[in-house]
Amino acid sequence: MALKMVKGSIDRMFDKNLQDLVRGIRNHKEDEAKYISQCIDEIKQELKQDNIAVKANAVCKLTYLQMLGYDISWAAFNIIEVMSASKFTFKRIGYLAASQSFHEGTDVIMLTTNQIRKDLSSPSQYDTGVALTGLSCFVTPDLARDLANDIMTLMSHTKPYIRKKAVLIMYKVFLKYPESLRPAFPRLKEKLEDPDPGVQSAAVNVICELARRNPKNYLSLAPLFFKLMTSSTNNWVLIKIIKLFGALTPLEPRLGKKLIEPLTNLIHSTSAMSLLYECVNTVIAVLISLSSGMPNHSASIQLCVQKLRILIEDSDQNLKYLGLLAMSKILKTHPKSVQSHKDLILQCLDDKDESIRLRALDLLYGMVSKKNLMEIVKKLMTHVDKAEGTTYRDELLTKIIDICSQSNYQYITNFEWYISILVELTRLEGTRHGHLIAAQMLDVAIRVKAIRKFAVSQMSALLDSAHLLASSTQRNGICEVLYAAAWICGEFSEHLQEPHHTLEAMLRPRVTTLPGHIQAVYVQNVVKLYASILQQKEQAGEAEGAQAVTQLMVDRLPQFVQSADLEVQERASCILQLVKHIQKLQAKDVPVAEEVSALFAGELNPVAPKAQKKVPVPEGESEDERPRAVFHEEEQRRPKHRPSEADEEELARRREARKQEQANNPFYIKSSPSPQKRYQDTPGVEHIPVVQIDLSVPLKVPGLPMSDQYVKLEEERRHRQKLEKDKRRKKRKEKEKKGKRRHSSLPTESDEDIAPAQQVDIVTEEMPENALPSDEDDKDPNDPYRALDIDLDKPLADSEKLPIQKHRNTETSKSPEKDVPMVEKKSKKPKKKEKKHKEKERDKEKKKEKEKKAEDLDFWLSTTPPPAPAPAPAPVPSTDECEDAKTEAQGEEDDAEGQDQDKKSPKPKKKKHRKEKEERTKGKKKSKKQPPGSEEAAGEPVQNGAPEEEQLPPESSYSLLAENSYVKMTCDIRGSLQEDSQVTVAIVLENRSSSILKGMELSVLDSLNARMARPQGSSVHDGVPVPFQLPPGVSNEAQYVFTIQSIVMAQKLKGTLSFIAKNDEGATHEKLDFRLHFSCSSYLITTPCYSDAFAKLLESGDLSMSSIKVDGIRMSFQNLLAKICFHHHFSVVERVDSCASMYSRSIQGHHVCLLVKKGENSVSVDGKCSDSTLLSNLLEEMKATLAKC
Amino acid sequence: MIQAILVFNNHGKPRLVRFYQRFVKEIQQQIVRETFHLVLKRDDNICNFLEGGSLIGGSDYKLIYRHYATLYFVFCVDSSESELGILDLIQVFVETLDKCFENVCELDLIFHMDKVHYILQEVVMGGMVLETNMNEIVAQIEAQNRLEKSEGGLSAAPARAVSAVKNINLPEIPRNINIGDLNIKVPNLSQFV
Repeated sequence: MALKMVKGSIDRMFDKNLQDLVRGIRNHKEDEAKYISQCIDEIKQELKQDNIAVKANAVCKLTYLQMLGYDISWAAFNIIEVMSASKFTFKRIGYLAASQSFHEGTDVIMLTTNQIRKDLSSPSQYDTGVALTGLSCFVTPDLARDLANDIMTLMSHTKPYIRKKAVLIMYKVFLKYPESLRPAFPRLKEKLEDPDPGVQSAAVNVICELARRNPKNYLSLAPLFFKLMTSSTNNWVLIKIIKLFGALTPLEPRLGKKLIEPLTNLIHSTSAMSLLYECVNTVIAVLISLSSGMPNHSASIQLCVQKLRILIEDSDQNLKYLGLLAMSKILKTHPKSVQSHKDLILQCLDDKDESIRLRALDLLYGMVSKKNLMEIVKKLMTHVDKAEGTTYRDELLTKIIDICSQSNYQYITNFEWYISILVELTRLEGTRHGHLIAAQMLDVAIRVKAIRKFAVSQMSALLDSAHLLASSTQRNGICEVLYAAAWICGEFSEHLQEPHHTLEAMLRPRVTTLPGHIQAVYVQNVVKLYASILQQKEQAGEAEGAQAVTQLMVDRLPQFVQSADLEVQERASCILQLVKHIQKLQAKDVPVAEEVSALFAGELNPVAPKAQKKVPVPEGESEDERPRAVFHEEEQRRPKHRPSEADEEELARRREARKQEQANNPFYIKSSPSPQKRYQDTPGVEHIPVVQIDLSVPLKVPGLPMSDQYVKLEEERRHRQKLEKDKRRKKRKEKEKKGKRRHSSLPTESDEDIAPAQQVDIVTEEMPENALPSDEDDKDPNDPYRALDIDLDKPLADSEKLPIQKHRNTETSKSPEKDVPMVEKKSKKPKKKEKKHKEKERDKEKKKEKEKKAEDLDFWLSTTPPPAPAPAPAPVPSTDECEDAKTEAQGEEDDAEGQDQDKKSPKPKKKKHRKEKEERTKGKKKSKKQPPGSEEAAGEPVQNGAPEEEQLPPESSYSLLAENSYVKMTCDIRGSLQEDSQVTVAIVLENRSSSILKGMELSVLDSLNARMARPQGSSVHDGVPVPFQLPPGVSNEAQYVFTIQSIVMAQKLKGTLSFIAKNDEGATHEKLDFRLHFSCSSYLITTPCYSDAFAKLLESGDLSMSSIKVDGIRMSFQNLLAKICFHHHFSVVERVDSCASMYSRSIQGHHVCLLVKKGENSVSVDGKCSDSTLLSNLLEEMKATLAKC
Repeated sequence: MIQAILVFNNHGKPRLVRFYQRFVKEIQQQIVRETFHLVLKRDDNICNFLEGGSLIGGSDYKLIYRHYATLYFVFCVDSSESELGILDLIQVFVETLDKCFENVCELDLIFHMDKVHYILQEVVMGGMVLETNMNEIVAQIEAQNRLEKSEGGLSAAPARAVSAVKNINLPEIPRNINIGDLNIKVPNLSQFV
């Protein structure tokens, strides 16, 4: 033996160890991949040896290769082998490899449960520690469920080293198995006051993580944390607690008030910057939560801002960064206090550190005012010019647009300036944000009516200038701007100075190099332009000019007809025909301008982005048929083509009709009666009143505008304005002087004093009536932490226990209760009545306790003692309580005595309570008389319409697979949500013979559709070993994973179990054939569904429908539902009388909805499912189940 | 929560990769690469925080890193962690390495990745900070090393001998790439208990 060991270790000497591997890789720089694949082959050889040391060494090397990006999942089983080594040295290697490579999809992970449990209870604290550390990285829901109890025990281990690890890992357990939170929480809370600082810190850590996701459930812990905060000296703990308070204060403003003082003290006293910073952060959170109220807050704000300024001024870039970060939080609620530090923030824009510049940019967003917007944007524009690297420049660009457009262009006083800024931005090379600029241009041009003339002139200059077109291929981002430019010039063509010139610019051949969607807009707007030119020419009586324009169109449009883009082609050919038609009419000297421009009559209104969603669907119309509301580019309200014969009268009539139709059409965005938009009542371009702007800049800008001009002009304008105002004020003063002397306000230049340059109408985005712009639809329904939103103040119920591992085979562990939803559970409780009472009682206690808790917190939070509780209601519960205690103490004595007591106490409430008690005791007695689980009760037909009383015989989801004299196989097939298209088959093998069964192997013949997941490297024909042996009379469960391609049909797989039966006389080789039946129901996973989600699903309309009816059913509806739930993995969504809706989901994500109706002796099931085959197969299966009822 | 801890050298060669959230290995490698490129372009005298962005998790996550001589230590954390606290934690980790390897240098990390992992496991567990007290960490690691030694006994001796011989053949191991500038300005290290 010893010799063998020595020999083994000598062999080992010549294996490569990790260092050799690393060295080898470093020496093979040129052919690294080849070397490593050679090493992996060696490792595979080493893993085949029996010596655990060799295996461990191999696994260690694999861990290194994993870091380099090599797949080591094939070695998962070997890793488990090394994990189960007895020596710590090897175990540690195994767990490290597992923690690096295992995940929920690793199928062998379920084999580790027992090993981990063994290690957790190991006498060596380091074995336990290593297991905990490893587990923390690969815990799965199954592991969490099976090991939660073991880990909870470890939380009270004698060694703090284990305690702190156990406490920390509980968070992972909670995440994977949320049911464990309530049972484990009391002990976790206890650990907050653990004598060991490490354990305490771990507990704080876990609770903070939990509270961060669902703060409201942890409010009641505030006093405890408060105590910790004032007593702890551990900065880590303090930081965590203070961060936690930051999350709690928004929920309870009184907590904030209480926190301010100790936090302020900490800010003053601590020398740790990290702590100081977190304190400031939480104070800010407190101040935000106390948006109004106490007057001395300004002192706290000042303190925070002061401290932050110190941080920002620090030479340490980290502090600077964090200071800016925190500053931006203050900005939201107290912009004034931050604005005074504008100098500092502008200075940060020049910082060499990009992170800091970005933070400063964020701050600027909130700091702009009407007064300083131009100045700040000017500064940003210079940064745009200087910026290196497109990402930062793009960031600057978006920030400029954000800053300017925020809250409905609130701070823009001069839109000409803004348009010129946008135009200047188009000169940026290689930006990705062309579409952003385009959107702004469109938005401004549409919503600010007064600016249209100016905008059109700028846009036509853009269209004309070659620079955007020139290299449109390389700088594809910016050419988006042309989209906006073309649209604006077309739509507002009446403002164009030289429409003919612009038309020619838009019809240049180079245009065809633009992306399709832009060309499409070009084509459409060329016609608009054409229409308005036609109108002009005809009015001026220049028939030849009009014909020339038509000729230009006919000449140039074909280049678009040839476009590869369908949209462009379609529009162009359509329009070409139209123009040709017009040409014919022109030849006959028919005036056409009126009709052509009628094509584009009407005003476009901006629509709020969410407006579409808010429009109610009229009855009888599905979502798909819903007309889309228009936003800028869609012009569906216009008839595509108008017969040119239509005379003036006809036109007028139609216009009237259209107006009428629009008025009645709920989808047409009507002009609202707001004074801003009064003028929209008159449709037609010609009627739009355009506010004439007194432009101080010449409109024909030869090149591109320089926004700086506007800054100067604006300053002058403001100056003038101010002077005028001053004059007026003086006049007034003089008047006042003459009259009574009154206190007049000092001449300050606040934001309000600056009047915008143009009389600007900002058209607000439209919304359907009664719709509020809300954010409610922005919530994420798939938050993984939602499952942990659990009320922790409720006392624990008896049923809430962590699962304690029992032998797999025991009846209880596999009783159907586990998988069946609540409805059935209830129906199965034999002592229902009694339970009900108990529950009531418990509810009461719960309520009391909760009230008490709430009172505690209230008391703690209130700075003054709370008003003495009203005397009347208080004593009642207390007497109740002692009554309770008394009766409890007296046990179940006579009812007579109870009645006596009743006489003594005249209070009706008490009486009632007492009666309840009696009933309960009666109930108990009754139930005692009844033999538990009597057969009669179960078999009794139900006549009285009380299905709750009826029992279902206990059912097992395990069905018989095959049996012979040696072994009985039962199996259960479960879908797993973690990996789609996989099901887990749990096979229970029971040894019925007196022999020991070993060497069991399962071989299954795969079909095309269903494959068994086999260990890496084994072929389809190999059997898969069963990982245990069976002594006589013992049973155990093995699980196998199958991958299913299509789940819409049921299928069967043939298989054989081969094993060696060994007894005293010898061993025989035996076989047992079986057929695995994958029913469609086994692909379903019980998934709860809320009724509103269910309704939405049904409405969505992409589900196919099918139904069945089964006669001759005598079973109660309740039990029927339970059966469907149990056998077919459905859950009840809603139940009304003898009608219920049910839901389930397949492993591949098909939704299955059922409507189950019970008539006299019959049941009908209507099903809807995203796959019709799946549905019909399911219904067939269901029919079979129901037929047995 | 800490989502990932990455250690790589100035050339982007990974020295320690530890994810606390599941990513497939291709993504892991991609994250390491991208993180390296993000961190590499930053001067030593600019701030040590980087908004993680597209890499892990999104806007709630930050990269917090320190650069020592030839190595970058990068922690990817979410908003529940204190930024300055994590910077200190990195310092604690590196100082612990320094103690355990006696004047740590990149080569120690290269050849003893497993040991580095064991040390890290005593500092961070499953993405949560386990211990910040360096003496406690070092004590636990030494205890485990003693346990390992006692287990090794006779059978491990030959292997150690061979390993020593192999090392003799390697004159190239330079011990001079140590992380000299441990006294990088840490504003608040002494404050941690």
